[in-house]
Amino acid sequence: MASGSRLGRWGVIALPYLWLAVFFLVPFLIVLKISFSNVQLSMPPVEPALTWDADHAVHLRLHLSNFAFVLSDRLYIEAFAESLLIAAVSTVISLLIGYPMAYGIARAPGTWRNVLFLLVVLPFFTSFLLRVYAWMGLLGRAGPVNGLLLKLGLIHEPLQLLQTNFAVYLGMVYSYLPFMVLPLYSAIEKLDLTLLEAAADLGCRPTKAFFTITLPLTREGIFAGCLLVFIPAVGEYVIPALLGGPDTLMIGRVVWDEFFGNRDWPVASALAIVLLVLLSGFVLLLQYVQSREREA
Amino acid sequence: MHQRRSWFVLSMLCFGFAFLYVPILSMIVYSFNASRLVTVWDSAHSPTLVWYSELFRNDEIMDAAGLSFRIAAVNATGAVILGTLAAFALERFRRFRGRGLFSLLTTAPMVLPEVITGLSLLLLFVVLEPLIGARGATTITIAHMTFSMAYAIVVIQARLATVDRSLEEAAMDLGARPLKVFAVITLPLIAPAIASAWVLSFILSWDDIVITSFVSGPGSTTLPQYVFSKVRLGVSPDINALATILVLIVSVAVFIAGTVMMRRDQRRIRDAQIALGAGG
Repeated sequence: MASGSRLGRWGVIALPYLWLAVFFLVPFLIVLKISFSNVQLSMPPVEPALTWDADHAVHLRLHLSNFAFVLSDRLYIEAFAESLLIAAVSTVISLLIGYPMAYGIARAPGTWRNVLFLLVVLPFFTSFLLRVYAWMGLLGRAGPVNGLLLKLGLIHEPLQLLQTNFAVYLGMVYSYLPFMVLPLYSAIEKLDLTLLEAAADLGCRPTKAFFTITLPLTREGIFAGCLLVFIPAVGEYVIPALLGGPDTLMIGRVVWDEFFGNRDWPVASALAIVLLVLLSGFVLLLQYVQSREREA
Repeated sequence: MHQRRSWFVLSMLCFGFAFLYVPILSMIVYSFNASRLVTVWDSAHSPTLVWYSELFRNDEIMDAAGLSFRIAAVNATGAVILGTLAAFALERFRRFRGRGLFSLLTTAPMVLPEVITGLSLLLLFVVLEPLIGARGATTITIAHMTFSMAYAIVVIQARLATVDRSLEEAAMDLGARPLKVFAVITLPLIAPAIASAWVLSFILSWDDIVITSFVSGPGSTTLPQYVFSKVRLGVSPDINALATILVLIVSVAVFIAGTVMMRRDQRRIRDAQIALGAGG
């Protein structure tokens, strides 16, 4: 009986563990390996890192050239910088729109609150790709946005809205806004309202109470929301591919093009590794700041 | 002062929801547009259903939708099975060797950029090609299961944490074997979470484009892949019709789920009130 349950316990752990090891950890190690390899005209188009020569001596060749190339080429550095900038600005705009929305939903009366909550979740369940595509129709030269601006007399000829960085920002905020609203909502909903009443009784103005009570107490939600928007936004591919112009250099798109366009697997792998290090560093930094604040 | 602030919050709510829904509504409106120029409303002709009939006559779209549906269903089932096991391991077996790495592996797929996950899985499938054959529906399903599983674990583990362990322990004390305890006590209690995890995994797979593009082969095109290759060339009226149908299905599903949830909440509140009344 005891040995049977130990076997069962072992199986419960081993099956998902093995799956993740084979299909998540190992692939990742392969990327790491290839990022240290040279390009070669073959399939797969990389030189093996481990080779055996005639007298069975093993040679391990690790090339740092891909990283040197990725970290010195202006194109890649600009792509990294632009990805971080676009993701950061989109995160801030999402926070500025998302916070009042989450606040409004959390403070809405009973049934309304449930309905509004479902309305925030609903876009999450409808295809991401189709929602980005919807903006292609709206922003086109002959599209409704230009039509409206022309009719209002604000512009005299259609603006180039699609294939601009403006469209990318719009698409980012639009796609990731629900990810910002949901953690903010749960943080604001948990807030103890008697604190605000006490502040009001003591003569504190609502605006001041907001900045000294509500905002600091919902900090966890703000952190979570920003992380949920920023991280996927940095590596985003679909939005810059559909809404961005040829000069919108985002790193997700560059990795894709290196891989599919130039078939340069080592450089694509090196870019992926650099992106990963960058993002992990960012997450760790945020966790550090958060734990410091909790201690204080 | 208070009035002014609630006015501000209310207008932000209206703006936010308009922002979220105007693009979706525009796709629905334009799916009935008579003009082939997608974004120009043809007011000379009456609204039409021609794009819908064209959609259903398009074999490529129908095949792609069928493939996506099959992959999503298999993926959701697999992800839920693996996710339940993993959630159980993380929640019930507090200490085992390699727990740290295990919990890292279960959360990492959610935060890793899709381009990296896709790239690394493709490189694995290239290495494994002699073993599992050419890339196609199988490799897409494996890839989807790997990231869907992470989400399934979060949902199921959260529910498992709220299950009263004394129920399981009582059954165990009465001599039930662990598997029976799981089947009779734990499984029914976490069933709602398993259902949500299944739906979530299905949708994640049904929508995925980036990872799919990396790991798919020449013979297999999923619906998002078809849509992506088409909309890259510009807007197209039958895609609007497709979007309308998908939005409609999801809205009905979310509406039903929402009403069921609200009814249950109300019943729970009423039951609690009755119980309190009886007690007093």
